[in-house]
Amino acid sequence: MQDKPLTIYGQAFENRLLIGSALYPSPMVMQQAISESGAGIVTVSLRRQSSVAAGEDFWQLIRNTGLTVLPNTAGCNSTKEAVTLAHMCREVFATDWIKLELIGDEYNLQPDPIALLEATEILLQEGFKVLPYCTDDLVLCQRLAALGCEVLMPWGSPIGTGKGLLNPYNLKTIRERLPELTLIVDAGLGLPSHACQALELGYDGVLLNSAIAGAGCPVTMAGAFNHAVQAGRHAYVAQAMPQKEVAAPSTPTMGMPFWHQN
Amino acid sequence: MKITFNGQLTDSAADNLQSLVIAMGAKEPFAVALNGQFIPRSQCQTTLLSDGDSVELLSPIQGG
Repeated sequence: MQDKPLTIYGQAFENRLLIGSALYPSPMVMQQAISESGAGIVTVSLRRQSSVAAGEDFWQLIRNTGLTVLPNTAGCNSTKEAVTLAHMCREVFATDWIKLELIGDEYNLQPDPIALLEATEILLQEGFKVLPYCTDDLVLCQRLAALGCEVLMPWGSPIGTGKGLLNPYNLKTIRERLPELTLIVDAGLGLPSHACQALELGYDGVLLNSAIAGAGCPVTMAGAFNHAVQAGRHAYVAQAMPQKEVAAPSTPTMGMPFWHQN
Repeated sequence: MKITFNGQLTDSAADNLQSLVIAMGAKEPFAVALNGQFIPRSQCQTTLLSDGDSVELLSPIQGG
């Protein structure tokens, strides 16, 4: 199988990892982890000025990475909030890319599929390149694709849980039914093996933050994810052997001495 | 007039959005919303404030 790069609204990226910029123990660790991850895209957000240590210093650190910036609408609970925040992101970050995040339930931070469709339609019409964070629901993904999304980001499991891919069947079905779309597993990954599994399923990339930032050594973990993503993609391109129900010896039985003499 | 600025009720003599954000010491980069509606920076000067308005001034932060 011929490989192709991760493509997001026409822009190609060599590395298939998208990394978050939150939760690191220090700005220096954040910078080192981002670098070690090999990611070509970093996620950012907006909050009230002076409410957190942020602003110009943080923005300068991110700009120094030279990576493509993907702003998010994290924390929004309504279509109106998300659309307004997307507008504000576009002005501050000078990009029409938006990771559209619209939370429907505070317990598991599950995306609201109905509001997500509404906001996606509005933002696409306004020229945004929408990357919706969604559940692993096939029909929802089909609806988002029908609206014009070229990239979808179904969750692996709820944000920050580190549980990995809770429903590989759903994710695999989305991959099979939407073969032309760029699919990225976003949220819930905890281990490099989770990222590897997503890529083995044929996903084009993974977006993660807590799994690296929350590790004992974020920089080393970033490198581990970098390798895992590459391994998973290579495995997908190589096409795995078919699974079998019955054992089959790998060493030839022909010529075996003492063959069943006892 | 009374303005709610980033969630805090405040008294302000500013009559437009541009004057308000300057008076509040806004630092670049930032974006502004008035009553939940995004206002482009190019329109802040001409956007007049009314008593009871709510203004949000947002800046970049870490995100996942």
